[in-house]
Amino acid sequence: MFQIEFDSQEAAVGIDLGTTNSLVAYMNLAKPEVIPGEDGDKLVPSVVSLATDGRVIVGNAARQELIDHPDRSIYSVKRLMGRGIEDVRDELKLFPFRIAEGSESVIRVVLGEKTFTPPEVSALILRQLKKNAEAVLGTPVTKAVITVPAYFNDAQRQATRDAGRIAGLDVLRLVNEPTAAALAYGLDKRQEGVIAVYDLGGGTFDISILKLHDGIFEVLATNGDTHLGGDDIDNRLLRIALEDILSEWGDDLSHSGEAVQTLRREVVRAKEQLSFVPSVLLAFEWNGKAYHREITRELFEGLIQDIVDRTLGPCRDCMKDAGVTAEQIDEVVMVGGSTRIPLVRSAVEVLFRARPHTEINPDEVVALGAAVQAGILSGTVEDQLLLDVTPLSLGIEMYGGVVSKIIHRNSTIPASAGETFTTGIDGQTNVLIHVVQGERELAKDNRSLARFDLKGIDPMPAGFARIEVRFLIDANGILQVTARDARTGREQSVEVKPSYGLTDEQVEAMIEASIDHAEADFNAAQVASARVEAENILNATDKARRNPAWQQLSEEERASVTTAVNRLMVAVNSDDHEVIQNHIAALNDATHALAELMMNTAVSSALKGTHV
Amino acid sequence: MSSPDFYQFLGIPRRLALDPKELETRLYSLSRKLHPDLFARKSAAEQSKALDDSALLNDAFRTLRDPVKRAEYVLKAEGFDIGEQSTKDVPPELLEEVFELNMALEELRMGDDDAREQLEISRTTFVNMRDEIDVETQSKFAEWDASGERSVLAEIRALLNRRKYIANLIDKANVPDRV
Repeated sequence: MFQIEFDSQEAAVGIDLGTTNSLVAYMNLAKPEVIPGEDGDKLVPSVVSLATDGRVIVGNAARQELIDHPDRSIYSVKRLMGRGIEDVRDELKLFPFRIAEGSESVIRVVLGEKTFTPPEVSALILRQLKKNAEAVLGTPVTKAVITVPAYFNDAQRQATRDAGRIAGLDVLRLVNEPTAAALAYGLDKRQEGVIAVYDLGGGTFDISILKLHDGIFEVLATNGDTHLGGDDIDNRLLRIALEDILSEWGDDLSHSGEAVQTLRREVVRAKEQLSFVPSVLLAFEWNGKAYHREITRELFEGLIQDIVDRTLGPCRDCMKDAGVTAEQIDEVVMVGGSTRIPLVRSAVEVLFRARPHTEINPDEVVALGAAVQAGILSGTVEDQLLLDVTPLSLGIEMYGGVVSKIIHRNSTIPASAGETFTTGIDGQTNVLIHVVQGERELAKDNRSLARFDLKGIDPMPAGFARIEVRFLIDANGILQVTARDARTGREQSVEVKPSYGLTDEQVEAMIEASIDHAEADFNAAQVASARVEAENILNATDKARRNPAWQQLSEEERASVTTAVNRLMVAVNSDDHEVIQNHIAALNDATHALAELMMNTAVSSALKGTHV
Repeated sequence: MSSPDFYQFLGIPRRLALDPKELETRLYSLSRKLHPDLFARKSAAEQSKALDDSALLNDAFRTLRDPVKRAEYVLKAEGFDIGEQSTKDVPPELLEEVFELNMALEELRMGDDDAREQLEISRTTFVNMRDEIDVETQSKFAEWDASGERSVLAEIRALLNRRKYIANLIDKANVPDRV
């Protein structure tokens, strides 16, 4: 009972990989805490820039690059995660993504002279967060819980997990953002009750309704819109400013990346201020011209009313699916920077008839909850358990393109369903199953997830084969498919062809070849220069040993030089530049007396310059 | 795919009339034992078993929580055919109501918004019918739990078929305000 367990496992962190900002948090004893970056800022802007010298810049520093080098920088990459080129056509009009040629199957964005898939860009952000955490915790960080919008589909979840893997993280779990927020709030809170989490972030909107029961957080229903958020509000203000400028100056700045980025920064500042003051002055200068406009909160609210209203439909649907009325909801939790807007708060208050909770910083609450979940998974947090749901129904395409739903939305995960398939033609040896996600009746109106090819079926008359397929949605909300030949009981091979995103092989290749090597390359350069230095000092020592001064050394002194030479000759093969450097220093020390002797006798300056 | 019996897995007696509270208590207590979160530091084999077990737990809970799915589950296990019934033929006792619903829908399609009133009347009628069926089904559940008579299951199957037909009519009557 009094046994103390030492946890040999290293700490796992919680990461909120946001559209606008990303954060990393950990459990500091019993309390989750956000880890700041090198600049002291807890929020790492989800901006990535590739410097001309190949360096990767992430966060606040990259925000300036967005203005100085818009062609080498990217923000809001989360909008592209797990999506196909046709999904993002509308976004491309509003966001300055530069999509590479040949992005039909997998989107690639251009940064300078290189191209990256969205998971690779996200991996760069994750890598930065990992580094920030390692600097503060003083240990390597390789395990993480990463949050995703509750309404993310399978492809978007897989893309997020891929990003984690590419960043060198073992992704313990993907947790839905609103659920994570509930966990952060749930610490020593009410034992029973129904809570609604309203999460309006930079690019996504989620609403989740949960039932709390003695430490169990049971999600009853979730709803949302993966393309609704603060960015939309920024775009409204931006469009107005651009239109004003066009009519005042006669200049269309909408195609100047630098001008748009500078202006965007200004409208974001104005938007944020308007949550606290009744009126702000929008000010923008460009090429010696100045644009000013006063924006009152009243005007602002009129401008964004419909965006706020768009969040209310999903809220009502969510209550209906959860089987609760507004009166039955005990508490409402607000998540995401956009919930600071007074209009959003009042709309939520009216809908749920409850004053929303805003005690925890809405920018940090998701990361804090992710850290709690990391604590649950590593055993440091006990008695709390999350029962989440799948946001979208899973179905298979039947004859005529109609969908047969096999796992309904809002089913608690893990969840599974079995189906038996057969062949339609004599001698047929494979069956193709098209799996979709969504609520519509026709397959083409839903999200295509993947085609599963059941291969190697024994040839037999049509309709005789019996292949039992099991569809299982795991605790990450990601689909797994296994199949079995019902007659023989044999495992049936299933080949997965994802409709969007990367195959496993592609991800593996990226882990192998990728950015990981930005660091590896740097390390290799240091090793190479250490080796050159070692060769130089070895050559110099070799020469000195043929110098008369060598004979004037004591036997011990000569022996210590010989030992140091031998050790360095071995160390030179090491891949660790520090090991090589240490042995160079050791040889330097050992040859100190020799060098002095040579200098004193002024015989030679062969060793000159080898003292670092 | 053959999976363990849901009742056995949850450790509850094989009854059709179930207390949802009791079922929920089972879900929570078993989740605390089986959920994958509790096995994150265990071997791959244990993790995989936790995934399978908790999927089964959730599947069982989801099925038995809903009276219709629960009844279908028991009917199927008892060898009844619960496949899609033909819903083309209008049950004679519903002829008039179905006719009125279809008329109202047709008028609405032609742009006559006054038809909404009739639609609402139809909807209410069908909702009441469904509620009556539910009450009757509940009493049949209790009857089967007490007697175990196969004839009662046959009656339940007939009730469920009728319920499905009426639920479809309710769906049809639920026309959004603006199309």
